[in-house]
Amino acid sequence: MPEREAAFSGPDESGHFGPYGGVFVGETLIRAVAELAAAYDRLAGDPRFWQGFDADLADYVGRPSPIYLAERLSAACGGARIWLKREDLNHTGAHKVNNTVGQALLARHMGKTRLIAETGAGQHGVASATVAARLGLECHVYMGAEDIVRQAPNVYRMKLLGAEVVAVESGSRTLKDAMNEALRDWATNVDNTYYIIGTVAGPHPYPRMVRDFQCVIGREAREQFSARTGALPDALVACVGGGSNAIGLFHPFLADGGVAMYGVEAAGRGLASGEHAAPLNAGRPGVLHGNRTYLMSDEHGQILDTHSVSAGLDYPGVGPEHAWLKDLDRVRYVAATDAEALAAFHQLTRLEGIIPALESSHALAWATRLAAGMEREQNILVNLSGRGDKDIEAVARLEGADFGINSGIRQ
Amino acid sequence: MSRIAGCAAAARESGRSLLIPYLVAGDPDLETSLALMVELAAVGADMIELGIPFSDPSADGPAIQRGVERALAAGANLRGVLELARRFRELDGETPLVLMGYLNPIEIMGYAEFAGECALAGVDGVLVVDMPPGEAGDLPALLAARGIDRIFLVSPTTTAERAKEIIEHTSGYLYYVSLKGVTGAALDDRESVAVNIARLRGWTDLPVVIGFGIKDAGTAVAMSELADGVIIGSALVERIARLPPTQSRRSDDVGEATALIGSVRRALDARCGGAGASETGKRP
Repeated sequence: MPEREAAFSGPDESGHFGPYGGVFVGETLIRAVAELAAAYDRLAGDPRFWQGFDADLADYVGRPSPIYLAERLSAACGGARIWLKREDLNHTGAHKVNNTVGQALLARHMGKTRLIAETGAGQHGVASATVAARLGLECHVYMGAEDIVRQAPNVYRMKLLGAEVVAVESGSRTLKDAMNEALRDWATNVDNTYYIIGTVAGPHPYPRMVRDFQCVIGREAREQFSARTGALPDALVACVGGGSNAIGLFHPFLADGGVAMYGVEAAGRGLASGEHAAPLNAGRPGVLHGNRTYLMSDEHGQILDTHSVSAGLDYPGVGPEHAWLKDLDRVRYVAATDAEALAAFHQLTRLEGIIPALESSHALAWATRLAAGMEREQNILVNLSGRGDKDIEAVARLEGADFGINSGIRQ
Repeated sequence: MSRIAGCAAAARESGRSLLIPYLVAGDPDLETSLALMVELAAVGADMIELGIPFSDPSADGPAIQRGVERALAAGANLRGVLELARRFRELDGETPLVLMGYLNPIEIMGYAEFAGECALAGVDGVLVVDMPPGEAGDLPALLAARGIDRIFLVSPTTTAERAKEIIEHTSGYLYYVSLKGVTGAALDDRESVAVNIARLRGWTDLPVVIGFGIKDAGTAVAMSELADGVIIGSALVERIARLPPTQSRRSDDVGEATALIGSVRRALDARCGGAGASETGKRP
């Protein structure tokens, strides 16, 4: 682990990042969370654990992922050079697998035989089902009934991998409800079950642990970028739902004062419309799913339904470390609308031959705007957190295209 | 002595088991909740736990989740719950009232305002499911300053060291979660509940009541032998779910929903009055 400035060295021993984070769970889960924190503390101090993790990332995930200079995209923006950290090239197609590889090793170390996970877009569910298959562990993935409809291909992938996908019919039938249901499962089956949370939220130690696993993104990017250009990027850009790909990229650069950072939330149909998923831009601090953080809640403290074209950003909370980095003014949190993300999705596809995930398209939308206002010799590094194969059906449906053999093919 | 402590002490003295029903405030609407609360007290509830509806009740099973959804659909919120408490208190000056819920609505209202409003409404105790003592901030002190009891949960997974710490922070009664899981699931075996509660008894004189998974007179009697009392939530909420809509409701429908609590009351009293009373482990 690289050294960090004191303000960025969180969380403290009880899992707090300033006023955020913590352990807000029912009593039944307290011991499980404490045992997890203790097990992770032990392993995190053991170089052999990290050697095993690194070996899996190299041989199974295919790391390091390259950085790529998007020359045609940069030229189209007419400003700074735009570089992409290619997490889309990872096994299973997104950054999510960095975390599930790490947590699966931990689960096995703790002697747990049953994995559970929540998923929104299905990427974390697929990444969990994947590591479960590899280690021969039973796997149950909770997924909102709404999301099951939106992300049918990923549901089938999980089933192929041997996982049981459990449809969650309560509440708004999306990611937050899947997380509630996973917490209920964990409380019920706490003896043999390991809960793989997919982002840097949840009770301590998840925000820290998931960050540590995802920091491979930023560590690699820092080395790769220095080697290529002899300097650090002027700005980093990443999308923020729960915020795991963003913290993974940002964290190893936090002490580098010259590197500006932008976390891009989902503005949905516009922040003013109320139909979005941007708690850091338009929410307030509160407590949900085990931690204190910025949340989308009404004046009575009820959690609001969210909207984003991207199922992976469609969550009313955000990791507590992001809440703290916002308050510290270290990272600027901005937002991109559905329409802006879709435009960026097409732009990267046409100019670079890379189909980005709709989540990552939010980061691209902001980066292209940012680039236009910067100098040509400046550099922006964007985390291309996932590939868009999973989204092509949804994009076709949104745009009224005929998703089939007749569209766009000259007869 | 707080209303809760007084109620528990009187029950102990007379060798009677505490019976504490739980209902979701505003399920299906606030007027019905008020009628249910009055009826519950009339059929023998010693105290009432009033659930604060929250959009993400992650420690609750399906029955209470649906109750919460019904309440939210009818527009329930924390201010309405406090108003319901105040109206109940106007009608019933005796039965202790405990608010049970999740932290976010309280956090958004603000701890100081919440504690003040609880005191004005005549609330006697507060239990926040997802707020362990270590994360409670100044809420316990604000409640204590207004004479409101702080109730915390102890579960089968709670370590001895932690149970002692929880006891330090608890007043009113200690809520023993009888199972690993969510509200309304199946009970743990009697033996392990007995062992765990005997352990708690060694550390505190606080009344210990058992909740999560008590469905009927049979389970209530079995569990009551091990503790000072029992909490019945999901089973009651399921009966409330079957209430006809307000406009087509007959005068005795509310009574039918609460009849479960009346029958449990009679079963508990029969046990306490019977020959087995001396073997119950209850202190004089």
